[in-house]
Amino acid sequence: MGVVGERLQPTLFERSHPGRGGGKIPHPPADALARIPEAARRATPPALPELNEPEVVRHYVNLSQLNYAVDTGFYPLGSCTMKYNPKIDEWAARLPGFAGLHPMAPDAVAQGTLELLFELEAILAEISGMDAVTLQPAAGAHGELTGILMVRAYHRDRGDTERTEVLVPDSSHGTNPATATMAGFRTITIPSAADGGVDVDAFRAALGPRTAAIMITNPSTLGLFESRIGELLEATHVAGALAYMDGANLNAILGRFRPGQAGFDVMHINTHKTFSTPHGGGGPGAGPVGVRAHLVPYLPSPRVVREDDGTFRLERDGERPASIGRVRSFTGSIGVLVRAYAYLRAHGASGLAEVSDDAVLAANYLRARLRDAYRIPFDRACKHEFVASASEIRQRTGVRTLDIAKRLIDKGFHPPTIYFPLTVEEGMLIEPTETESLETLDAFADALIEIAGEAASDPAVVTSAPHEAPVRRLDEATAARQPNLRWRGMTGAQTPCPD
Amino acid sequence: MPYGPHTADDRARMLARIGIDAVDRLFDDIPADLRSGPLRLDPPEPELELTARLVALAGRNRVDLASFLGAGAYRHWTPPVVDQLLLRGEWYTAYTPYQPEVSQGTLQSIYEYQSLLAELTGLDVVSASHYDGGAATAEAALMTCRATRRERLLVSRAVHPHYRETLATYARGAGLTVEEIPLVPDGDAAGTTDLDALGRLLGDAERPVAGVVAAQPNVLGLLEEMPAIGAAAHAAGALFVAVVEPVSLAVLAPPGEYGADIAAGEGQPLGIPLQYGGPYLGIVACTEPLIRQIPGRLVGMTTDLDGKRAFVMTMRAREQDIRREKAASNICTNQALLALAASIYLAAIGPHGLRDVAASGAARATELEAALAAAGAPRIHAGAYLNELVVRVPDAGAVHARLLERGVLAGIPTAHLLPGEPGLEDGLLVCATEVTTTADIERFAGALRDELGASSTNGTAQSPVAGAA
Repeated sequence: MGVVGERLQPTLFERSHPGRGGGKIPHPPADALARIPEAARRATPPALPELNEPEVVRHYVNLSQLNYAVDTGFYPLGSCTMKYNPKIDEWAARLPGFAGLHPMAPDAVAQGTLELLFELEAILAEISGMDAVTLQPAAGAHGELTGILMVRAYHRDRGDTERTEVLVPDSSHGTNPATATMAGFRTITIPSAADGGVDVDAFRAALGPRTAAIMITNPSTLGLFESRIGELLEATHVAGALAYMDGANLNAILGRFRPGQAGFDVMHINTHKTFSTPHGGGGPGAGPVGVRAHLVPYLPSPRVVREDDGTFRLERDGERPASIGRVRSFTGSIGVLVRAYAYLRAHGASGLAEVSDDAVLAANYLRARLRDAYRIPFDRACKHEFVASASEIRQRTGVRTLDIAKRLIDKGFHPPTIYFPLTVEEGMLIEPTETESLETLDAFADALIEIAGEAASDPAVVTSAPHEAPVRRLDEATAARQPNLRWRGMTGAQTPCPD
Repeated sequence: MPYGPHTADDRARMLARIGIDAVDRLFDDIPADLRSGPLRLDPPEPELELTARLVALAGRNRVDLASFLGAGAYRHWTPPVVDQLLLRGEWYTAYTPYQPEVSQGTLQSIYEYQSLLAELTGLDVVSASHYDGGAATAEAALMTCRATRRERLLVSRAVHPHYRETLATYARGAGLTVEEIPLVPDGDAAGTTDLDALGRLLGDAERPVAGVVAAQPNVLGLLEEMPAIGAAAHAAGALFVAVVEPVSLAVLAPPGEYGADIAAGEGQPLGIPLQYGGPYLGIVACTEPLIRQIPGRLVGMTTDLDGKRAFVMTMRAREQDIRREKAASNICTNQALLALAASIYLAAIGPHGLRDVAASGAARATELEAALAAAGAPRIHAGAYLNELVVRVPDAGAVHARLLERGVLAGIPTAHLLPGEPGLEDGLLVCATEVTTTADIERFAGALRDELGASSTNGTAQSPVAGAA
């Protein structure tokens, strides 16, 4: 029995049967569209599938069972923080008062949401050590873009237009250099030092009057705290540049290190990582951005404002002229932010400190358990995650990290992040999180150690894995060479409406 | 911690295995002068008390009013089956399907979403990675610049102002120029994109245009001459971006039919709650020649080693985690859960149901138009509309505020929506959908009649209505 269901499903289109479904909403009058000019109307109805509700339910329940998820098992995907998503958060976001509020509703009818947002900004400012927070960005990468656009506006306002470069360590998330490009900057890649940290000499050599910002992930994507961060920040500011912190790994340092207080100028926070809003199969997330006082004028609009009488309102158009402007349609991913707010309230100051302590403890425990079977390239205290490498196993047996990852599926686990950061050969980035029990951590370590043994004794069973999944390894080359990105072959809902 | 498993004994065993005496040792690498003290936040709140706090906060929002708000976010009825299925943890507690062997559910659901939206838009390539209508419009416009290697964009003033502002933010970063195409000020085509002005803007040979962006229906609810806008763009070597509303595509010509190269838009009407603006679903669809320019995740059909059909993320060389600074965008998200909501909505409501949703909105809007006209607020424009329209109300801002006190959300004053636009100083943009009731329309029209009657008799004082906000 595999870790996920085995029954592959036909597509919605194959399940479709003309004449099924309907009856959900009343029919409009026959002439409802008579006033729409023929030229603007659709000539052929869209070929959408026709299913009755039980078929829809079977389709999606069966499909869901093909997924591995936090709710079904251990998901140690490094850098992604796959921890338990509390159910009260789901419930809260669905409260009709939150879910049913129109984004263009006047402030007077939106006081509950506005108050929640205002309070959430203050909580995140305290955690990040920043002076102000915007909740608008829709994702971490969107937060990065927002932050770097503020950096750009800051330099321009000071007439400092020669700053065209952003320094990014080679171990960074790919979103960092991609963001720099979107904001009109050139990326300068800084190599890592032997200890896994930023190469401070290379960093100093690259820093100069053309540097607009540095983007640092701390703890780094190797799960290591950048212990020379004080030096890096000081040099950055002496050069007239600003320091951006990628807060993807904030979950490791809650109550231990506040980036704004330490000297970072701007950072984003991934609510789906640190504050456990669900990952949703890839989204939606939210990427609030915190800034120090000198960047507050540039925050995207509109901000939430508290009036003297205790009521709340959104800023009016043009109220803060230096703002970088709007970064999305409306005020934020409120449904996600309600979940984060509930999570933060449930934990409070002591709970959040415990989150980081237990996440770091679990990662170091796994590191200690695995160090005999795998190479640990940076074998010192890690934060919430660490890198193990199969480079020696590969040399000895030919078995690669990819094979080990697939074999973990047979043993009942979701694989860690593999081949990231790109700087470690045959790397796996393992992040256990604070919500996994000691029994689960031990079972996972046992499985990895067992696979290391299999790599020597029976490499074929590893290289041909997974054996216990609904599909074997996929032909990704053909998928990319001859892309099939949509279903074709349904001819449209030509039959009359069934009811 | 409310959700953690560790007992004191568990922690002691872990510390022993690591070979340290306290968890603090694991943070010794944080320089002493940069360590922070305890967070100044409230203590943990037990769930029992937290639920009460959340109910109270949600209760401070007013969602019980007769609402005629639209303008980019739409009230619709969603079959309960949509949320029941979304609540399965296998969907919402999974992540991006990096390991396809244990992610076929998410992968197939995204492939099906791509297929459904391809049908609706008449375009072949669909990305489920976008945040909302504004961000999708900005990314679509940026695509035209990469594809044409040009740096000038033209966007109709009748594209939602928030989308235009989002595009402006993105464009500033990328060093691109955005110019607005004005609207026809009067006559039968008033409120739609001015085709003559578009021709003049496109005619500047020194400054070639990458993309032309127009919305159907536009932000005033009016139907545009999309084929003509597309033809003008193409004649100048520019690409054409159509900003669309997906429910309307059940009855309106799809972008692929009138020559759009890219469709962008807001997927919220497809079963996603209003929730004050997000999370929403950005729609981006394009023609096949533009496939390498589209940002975000794409899922393709393939086979496994045994020839079994399966799905996988594909054409990854466009993406930030592979291409870093040379990627098509910094997007990492795929809005999978919202794309799933849209797909389940479409599957549950079906093609006939979707057409009924669109047509019911049109029918309700006809009823609304007549009722408001009878109350003294006739339509401003002559052109065709689907389910959103602008009516003339003297002193619209003040009337809007007084109607709110009577429990009616009377749409949006057009003077706020498009400040300075000629002819819209005294307008309200109002919207009807299948959930608009005759009772709500009567309430709106009745209150409006009172207000307009009151102001025409020179400011007779209104007595507050019992039960109003």
